Amino acid sequence: MNEKFHVSSNPHVRDKMTTSRIMQMVVLALLPASIFGIYNFGLRALLVILISVAASVGSEFVYEYFMHKKITVKDFSAVVTGLLLALNMPPQIPLWMPALGSIFAIIVVKQLFGGLGQNFMNPALAGRCFLLISFTGPMTNFATTGKNIVDTVSGATPLAALKAGEAVDVSSMFLGNIKGTIGETSVIALLIGAVFLLAMKVIDLRVPLTYIGSFSIFILLYKLVGSHTLDWQFLLAHLCGGGLMLGAWFMATDYVTTPITKKGQLVYGCVLGILTAIFRLFGGSAEGVSYAIIFSNLLVPLIERVTLPTAFGKGGKKK
Amino acid sequence: MGVLTFKGGVHPFEGKELSKDKPVQEYLPHGEMVYLLSQHIGAPASPIVKKGDRVLAGQKIAEAGGFVSAPIHSSVSGTVKKIEPRVTAQGGKCDAIIVENDGQYEEVSYEPVTDLNALTKKEILERIKEGGVVGMGGAGFPTHVKLSPKEPEKIEYVLVNGAECEPYLTSDYRRMLDDGEKVVKGLEIMLKLFDHARGCICIEDNKPECIARMKELTQKMSRIEVKELKTKYPQGGERTLIYAVTGREINSSMLPADVGCVVDNVDTVTAIYEAVMLGRPVMDRIVTVTGDGIENPGNFLVRTGTNVRELIEAAGGLKGDTQKVISGGPMMGFALYQLDVPCAKTSSSVLCLQEDPVAKTEETACINCGRCVSVCPGHVLPSRLATFAMHGDMDSFQKFDGMECCECGCCSYICPAKRPLTQSIKSMRKMVLAMRKKK
Repeated sequence: MNEKFHVSSNPHVRDKMTTSRIMQMVVLALLPASIFGIYNFGLRALLVILISVAASVGSEFVYEYFMHKKITVKDFSAVVTGLLLALNMPPQIPLWMPALGSIFAIIVVKQLFGGLGQNFMNPALAGRCFLLISFTGPMTNFATTGKNIVDTVSGATPLAALKAGEAVDVSSMFLGNIKGTIGETSVIALLIGAVFLLAMKVIDLRVPLTYIGSFSIFILLYKLVGSHTLDWQFLLAHLCGGGLMLGAWFMATDYVTTPITKKGQLVYGCVLGILTAIFRLFGGSAEGVSYAIIFSNLLVPLIERVTLPTAFGKGGKKK
Repeated sequence: MGVLTFKGGVHPFEGKELSKDKPVQEYLPHGEMVYLLSQHIGAPASPIVKKGDRVLAGQKIAEAGGFVSAPIHSSVSGTVKKIEPRVTAQGGKCDAIIVENDGQYEEVSYEPVTDLNALTKKEILERIKEGGVVGMGGAGFPTHVKLSPKEPEKIEYVLVNGAECEPYLTSDYRRMLDDGEKVVKGLEIMLKLFDHARGCICIEDNKPECIARMKELTQKMSRIEVKELKTKYPQGGERTLIYAVTGREINSSMLPADVGCVVDNVDTVTAIYEAVMLGRPVMDRIVTVTGDGIENPGNFLVRTGTNVRELIEAAGGLKGDTQKVISGGPMMGFALYQLDVPCAKTSSSVLCLQEDPVAKTEETACINCGRCVSVCPGHVLPSRLATFAMHGDMDSFQKFDGMECCECGCCSYICPAKRPLTQSIKSMRKMVLAMRKKK
């Protein structure tokens, strides 16, 4: 009989879920939107995705290798970052840009702050905003040759058209055969992924629902005050347009940059919804999701501070 | 009536199928018996026998070392060999009385009582105390102390803990099925002590046979009811159990009596019955010997002081590649580094695992996913507490209610980054307690 036993502190059993499994599920959940993006915009979209993911994983590996850190690329978190960044880019983007954005996201936003779990804002969105500010032209050029796309106004996304006061077709926005970034156009494809993540208990409804809910209320109130009507058509166009669905289900729910407290997640969702609505309605651009999320990311430590849970039995009196 | 529960908790693999239908077999030990002087919380018992003395089964060999303490009884007849420190299942050392078993099992004669009503409350408590009854669910709190709150008339609930939420364990399950009458009678004795209390037998809904049996036995008893609990770990924790049944919350510095409750495990309640009615002290208990690492998993009626190695052999021995042997359940039990440890009053199980899941895991960075927060029955932030613990930040640890942790292990269990959260928090709690003691 073998008399050497393992000794460790309790508990002696562990759940099967691991970090890399969670990340793999996020990648899986993004596949419908990615595949639709490739179908919608052609093989160029695939190229953007591949370059972005490769640059993301590659820069993580190179950085960790040269800094003599443990190589963590197999946890799939860099794949998620690269994929999300690609889905946030127009398909006709010059191909060096996704690479640059990925490198910025991984090296500057993630690794320089301590690697996985330490980044203070969502790396993919930080990468996107970096590109958006630096190369506004190519990052907002949605002119495309894709033949499946319903052309509203030449070059403009539905959200931009909406902002200009034009009518948009909500049903094609729901399906996704419109202009926009690679992964944001199809609401239905994004929702399929979101349902998968909910079913696998990777995300819960707290952040997405408070986000979408507070955003909707703000939009409705804006129209109510402005034109004294409850404009449901306008609301639907805003819900289906731009990066809201991609942001609410896949980026606002990023664990690292979301409050860990349950109450805090509700507050965070509301802040996101209100900021997105303000940026979209009053800002210079038709878009607002990316900035709203990275701005709210910065508020997370403060939100956590004021939403600490009450310990079980706290305040009870000893007799 | 719905199924009662609490907020948080986890659902580990249950593993109870391995042993639940195995009838309890009495195991008669043959080698030397080791009676630890600390099988309970509080002052160790002090020996009243010396080397060379002949003792009988059921004879008191050490008396309580204070009010919060309990006497120890021999469970075999034989000769006292020596009194020396021995390794316990928890890994430390503790003074113990070693008795060479003569294999005769000669018992002292007990003083049974036929009519419970003839006893006063004081006499009942005295008999429980003399019987060496302690919390047999694992904590080992002396039962007579628990049953003597400052204001006994304010106790509204006497809860019998039959949740058995630890995976693999089936000793309480067998006790309720095989000895249900004793459990009910034990509860009736406890209710004698508390005039305004109701008795609740609390059982998780993965044990429908026990629920049915207990309902059948208590059908005509107006003061006793059976409560069905949701199957979820740590449903049988004292604080979570009280909350599930009564909706009342207690924190780490309170006692159940502060919210009008008394909680005792089914095995303890059985021991109360035996001590009060039969005059028989605690000298055996049901131990589940189970896991995929043991040849014949089963339930054994084991005399306290029995060597775990002997018990494992009685269950067919370990399979060759067994990696881990745990005293207790997989969530809160202690991993043994050697098999020569005695069974104590609180030993509920010997769990043998062929594969140690902990050794296979690789710790990665915390991704702030919040799963530990969701499952924590203490409603604290385990990931944050563990970080404070690793930084040695005692002040923040206490400020963030680290002392409210009940060490149930849910956070470590669920963590996808496989961080040893419970371990870090546990060691920090020990340090804080030690520091407070010093002051």
